[in-house]
Amino acid sequence: MSFHGDVADWFADPARWSGPSGVPNRLWEHLLISGMAVGVAVVVGLPVAAWLGHQRRFGTLAMNVSNVGRAIPSFALLVLGAQLWGISELVWGLPTAALVALVLLALPPIVTNTYVGLAEVDDGIRDAARGMGMTSLQALWRAELPVAAPMVMNGVRVATLQVIATAGLAAVVAFGGLGRYIVDGIATRRFPQVFAGAVLVAGLALAAELVLSGLQRVATPKGVRLARRPIRKETPA
Amino acid sequence: MTLAAASDGWLWWPWVRDHTDDIVAALREHVELTVVAVVAGLVVSLPLAVAAHRWRWLRGPTLVVAGILYTIPSLAAFALLIPYTGLSRTTALLPLVTYTLFILVRAVLTGLDGVDRAVLDAADGMGYRRWRRLVRVELPLALPSIVAGLRLATVTTVGLVTVTSLITYGGLGQLIYEGFGRNFRTPVTVGVVLSVALAVVLDLLITGGARVAMPWTRRRS
Repeated sequence: MSFHGDVADWFADPARWSGPSGVPNRLWEHLLISGMAVGVAVVVGLPVAAWLGHQRRFGTLAMNVSNVGRAIPSFALLVLGAQLWGISELVWGLPTAALVALVLLALPPIVTNTYVGLAEVDDGIRDAARGMGMTSLQALWRAELPVAAPMVMNGVRVATLQVIATAGLAAVVAFGGLGRYIVDGIATRRFPQVFAGAVLVAGLALAAELVLSGLQRVATPKGVRLARRPIRKETPA
Repeated sequence: MTLAAASDGWLWWPWVRDHTDDIVAALREHVELTVVAVVAGLVVSLPLAVAAHRWRWLRGPTLVVAGILYTIPSLAAFALLIPYTGLSRTTALLPLVTYTLFILVRAVLTGLDGVDRAVLDAADGMGYRRWRRLVRVELPLALPSIVAGLRLATVTTVGLVTVTSLITYGGLGQLIYEGFGRNFRTPVTVGVVLSVALAVVLDLLITGGARVAMPWTRRRS
């Protein structure tokens, strides 16, 4: 009872809601670095992966990149980033070490899902698009990408969730964000603050999941959505 | 520790030589946490997935709950448990187990769903009862998917264990964390290289074990 009372007091303290270490600013920092990292990963990774998937080339390379990416712990990426860039170097006003680590973390899911999504577009659809006189690029943009959209969006969703989770961990090396409350709280044994920080980080992740799965549904073209169900049943899982 | 300033490189062998015991202990803890978490996860996931396969209405809720647990960032999950289980091994293990649930339940379900209807009819025709059919026919046929899930769960867990260094468990993560804190690269390098190597070795062990357990999946010559 008293512990949860302390947590409630932590949230009730007006000092939590203003200033650089207040919740609004920490939340903003968290969202900003996550958005930047996913944005950079999308701009860099998505076109390349889409083009390779369209060509159906370098598939093993795309898969290996993502497998290696998965084997390197995200915590290790952050610390390695801090070793390479130090903890005070900034890019776009954000700590370089954390941003680079988060971009590297966001790339594998985006690359793999985009590649697989496009490589698995039905041959009939590709041929029909070309048969209608589309150029290779037009076919990619107007026929293949819409069909692959759910898969591509899934990659973006997975990447974003991973980045939001790891941005919290970035407080260990060189970053504000909501993880600050947890990391500092553990270091100073202020466990109500740790708990409050954990509630905020978990809440943010769950909210992001809700928003992104909604977006994933919206990004799926209507025709693909309708076609999906019967097709799914026939393919062995 | 006093030697830290003596080196600026990525790997300083004298430190490795002097701390072999610490490194081995960290590696052992990492392996223990990973294996216990994945095995416990499998023990919980199997009955859950089998139940969700048999009773359709259980499927949605099971996947939603496992999905929510999976979405909670590991740092937050550990922190949420501290008031209840303290800075203990339990606090480190519980989230590790719940993260494997989502992966493993889905993998088992996918495997069971993929079993051919005709095979089930044949098994029924041969007089298999429900449980025997499940154990002797359905689960073996679901094994490839279960193994794929096990591999993913294991590699993911190896990475997550490093995060538990924040609550003073963490195996190789402890080396990474301490090296970072003391601004000394060698433990960081050792921790990262060994955890990646551990992920690869465990993955190979599972794949190898799967080949032995599923002779029928080997290519016929």
